[in-house]
Amino acid sequence: MSKFKSKKDNALPAVNTASLPDIVFMLLFFFMVVTVMREDTLLIENRLPQADQVEKLEKKYPISYIYAGKPAKGYEKFGKEARLQLNDKFADISDIRAFINAERAGIAREELVDFLTISLKVDRDANMGIVGDIKKELREANALKINYTVGTGSALDN
Amino acid sequence: MAKRSAPEVNAGSMADIAFLLLIFFLVTTTIPKDSGINRKLPPMEPPNDDEVVIKQKNIFTVLINGNDQLLVEDELMELKDLRKAAIEFLDNGGSTDAQGNSCDYCKGARDPKSSDHPDKAIISLKNERETSYATYISVQNELVAAYNDLRNIRALEIGSRKGFSNMDFVMMEKNYKDTNFNGNKEKLKAVIDQIRKEYPEKLSEVQ
Repeated sequence: MSKFKSKKDNALPAVNTASLPDIVFMLLFFFMVVTVMREDTLLIENRLPQADQVEKLEKKYPISYIYAGKPAKGYEKFGKEARLQLNDKFADISDIRAFINAERAGIAREELVDFLTISLKVDRDANMGIVGDIKKELREANALKINYTVGTGSALDN
Repeated sequence: MAKRSAPEVNAGSMADIAFLLLIFFLVTTTIPKDSGINRKLPPMEPPNDDEVVIKQKNIFTVLINGNDQLLVEDELMELKDLRKAAIEFLDNGGSTDAQGNSCDYCKGARDPKSSDHPDKAIISLKNERETSYATYISVQNELVAAYNDLRNIRALEIGSRKGFSNMDFVMMEKNYKDTNFNGNKEKLKAVIDQIRKEYPEKLSEVQ
């Protein structure tokens, strides 16, 4: 009787993969939601120094970024010295004041204007001359809350 | 004519497409790592500023030269020794503060030649244009660490009395900002303010 039973019946049934796309889509949406695209395209080298006494930059207050460093690969025509970058282009020290005013005007809620924090993202190999100039301009523009943005690590290894 | 049903679309490759997108987003995701040392710049002063006389022993001068060498109180120093030296200076408590109170919480050597009181002790930081930014940040970090170390010790001392045991100063500040912290925030704020007042951060940068 069982002589003609097909072999197929003994094999394990294939695992149903119909829900695999659903699972993958779930993961996909998660990553799509948490992904933060870079705000600015960097034209300069920007390896931040390290420190361990750091505080988190509070996202609930408005933050403006000022970058400084040596022009990156492909921008060698701008020289070898550390340069300033505001938004997406190279800038001069004298442009900082206009930049701060524009940033202040762009803050939607007026009561937050005084809480504007300037995050200084300066390359570790830049020298203090440019940082001093930036700080002086910021004082003139009355933007006094600054944050030296750094990576976390031991400061003694810098 | 017989009604023909539309042929079923093969969805077998859906997973592949989704995987492709998933891998793209996995690769491009950067976890934002925005943290740093907060500083407040001094406002521009009006030109007619009367000189305030500060005793030399209450000033701890740190100079970073163009070759990234450290000159602390006119002596060459390694970066790793800076924190200890700053703590010794700040916590010295040799005399009294402006109101005539002596520092009863200081654990320093009480050397009359060093600072009078944490309230009066000022750290003065000077750098040259050629100083590298990395060194400057390291020095800033060590000086902030000196203040934080002193505040942490103090927080462990008075925190247990106020009901915040085993919590150092950095932890207290973190808890204060944390909306999920289930403790008495007003009491915590009072403790933080007291410690801030006892060890005020007086870091002045020479422009």
